[in-house]
Amino acid sequence: MRDNLPALLVVVPLLLAPVAALVGRSKAAWAVATAACWWSLYASVALLQRVRAEGPISYEMGGWTPPYGIEYRIDLVNVFVAVIVALIGAVTIPYARKSIAKEVSEDRGALFYAAFILCLTGLLGIAVTGDVFNVFVFLEISSLSAYSMIALGQDRRALTAAFHYLIMGSVGASFIVIGIGLMYVMTGTLNMADLAVRLPEVADNRTIPVAFTFLTVGITLKLALFPLHLWLPNAYTYAPSAVTAFIASTATKVAVYLLLRFFFTVFGAEFSFEVMELDRVLMPLSVVAILAMSLVAIYQANVKRLLAFSSVAQIGYMVLGISFGSVLGVTAGIIHLFNHALMKGALFMAMGCVMYSVGSVRIEKMAGLGKVMPWTMAAFVGGGLSLIGVPATVGFVSKWYLVQAALERGLWPVAGVVLVGSLMAAIYIWKVVEVAYLQSPDPDHEIREAPLSMLIPTWILVAASFYFGIDASLTASVATQAAETLIGGLP
Amino acid sequence: MTALGLFNYWAVIVLMMVGFYTLIARGNLVKKMIGLNIFQTAVIMMYVSFAKVTGGTAPILVEGEAAEGVLYSNPLPHVLMLTAIVVGVATLALGLSLVVRIKEAYGTIEEDEIQDGAW
Repeated sequence: MRDNLPALLVVVPLLLAPVAALVGRSKAAWAVATAACWWSLYASVALLQRVRAEGPISYEMGGWTPPYGIEYRIDLVNVFVAVIVALIGAVTIPYARKSIAKEVSEDRGALFYAAFILCLTGLLGIAVTGDVFNVFVFLEISSLSAYSMIALGQDRRALTAAFHYLIMGSVGASFIVIGIGLMYVMTGTLNMADLAVRLPEVADNRTIPVAFTFLTVGITLKLALFPLHLWLPNAYTYAPSAVTAFIASTATKVAVYLLLRFFFTVFGAEFSFEVMELDRVLMPLSVVAILAMSLVAIYQANVKRLLAFSSVAQIGYMVLGISFGSVLGVTAGIIHLFNHALMKGALFMAMGCVMYSVGSVRIEKMAGLGKVMPWTMAAFVGGGLSLIGVPATVGFVSKWYLVQAALERGLWPVAGVVLVGSLMAAIYIWKVVEVAYLQSPDPDHEIREAPLSMLIPTWILVAASFYFGIDASLTASVATQAAETLIGGLP
Repeated sequence: MTALGLFNYWAVIVLMMVGFYTLIARGNLVKKMIGLNIFQTAVIMMYVSFAKVTGGTAPILVEGEAAEGVLYSNPLPHVLMLTAIVVGVATLALGLSLVVRIKEAYGTIEEDEIQDGAW
């Protein structure tokens, strides 16, 4: 089993998904989903330890040697992403039981959990595979299941949000396939490591920049970089709370990983940054994303929507880190990937608790919640502090690295943008805090604190965001090593 | 000559743009799905065109004496496109079922008639 762990990480959840659909009862399906999530957490952590001790693992799917067969190549970068996905999955699933029982009708419960497991499978698959076409297949598995989960939201606007996401997501995926096809036609291979060797030989051909462009546009659509983020706010706002918490902290992160993988491993940093001058496109876009989306977030009346716009801004931070093209910049991007997953997961989960008890997440309905739902709102404040980047939270660690990376390149104004973004985060978080703590609760409505099974997962993420904010040595060392392998070429 | 030799690719570009235009410009959700499907089909045609080897035959193993010097087309893009077709079918099915539910919830499938700021 130890040798086959890379495959089992993906195959076990894939096989459990139909089981969850067939058991039919919501509770039993939930148990299956829990097993799938915890298995993938165990497997990915075991793989992380092995990669740290023994170096990259290459797994030959079905015994076919790469580059002919599909290879699962696991190095520090993608095992770290797999751990993030599995961790968020394992924390979300206990939370989902009550939240989903409230927001999704009982007869759809089993199918919901099947879709949840499939989404997890797809995201893990994208992370561990070393074959570019396999990436597309897993991308579609995760996306299709994400569309159907979003469509299960209570509000009828969830349907149009899911449809919108489906259209834009499919266009993005088709762009990725076109890019993959153009690379294949020039090199005759689909294996990432093999592509990295063969692409420089044909880099003078005009097809390669075209492939690069298609891939970049396709992936940035999937990760919702401004101005391709239009699908994201509605999808996050109207999806069931547990789905928002899961997707917001995993799906866009995996897309960021894909961006890293294609820019640095497949095409190589030299081609991406010196020939294609990627930084001149990505840096302005991410700066606009940070400023404009934070500003839009300030004016939102629906807190889930506010957090969704803030997510687009936070994706701007990650891409900004990548656009520096330096070890420090990519380290900042990878650290923020992990940190943002923790804090946005916690914030969306806190909103899910509010949704559970109050039935709405509009700001005016949250008056006085600090008194009636102290634990939920304290978790929201904890996550919010992290989003702002207060010292001793993970948000501070990512911003510290980002500002350092900007200063290393001598880009003072960009460092300033990072700090202005933090200030704007403080404004929109304060808007919620003010209503929740400084106004008095509506005496006619009796609102009870959310159940423990939802509070505990929320607080696990909040506690983790403080723990990794105080002791960042683990995440920082993994992220630095990962950035070095990415920039140093092939692992 | 080259322009004519690249006929497949011209067809792919035209189909792709037709699909993309329909996807963006049409307000009817079913027409949007049709546009998406034309777009995806264009990608499939592009891959199949990649697979063509000049003078190559269908990639089915020829045995015996005739096997000498047989030139095969590349079968791999075909196999990849089988997967892409399955994905396309799944996307279409999911998209259309969403359209059905949008019709139930809103009573219309015209983008500009869908109310409450959902678009």
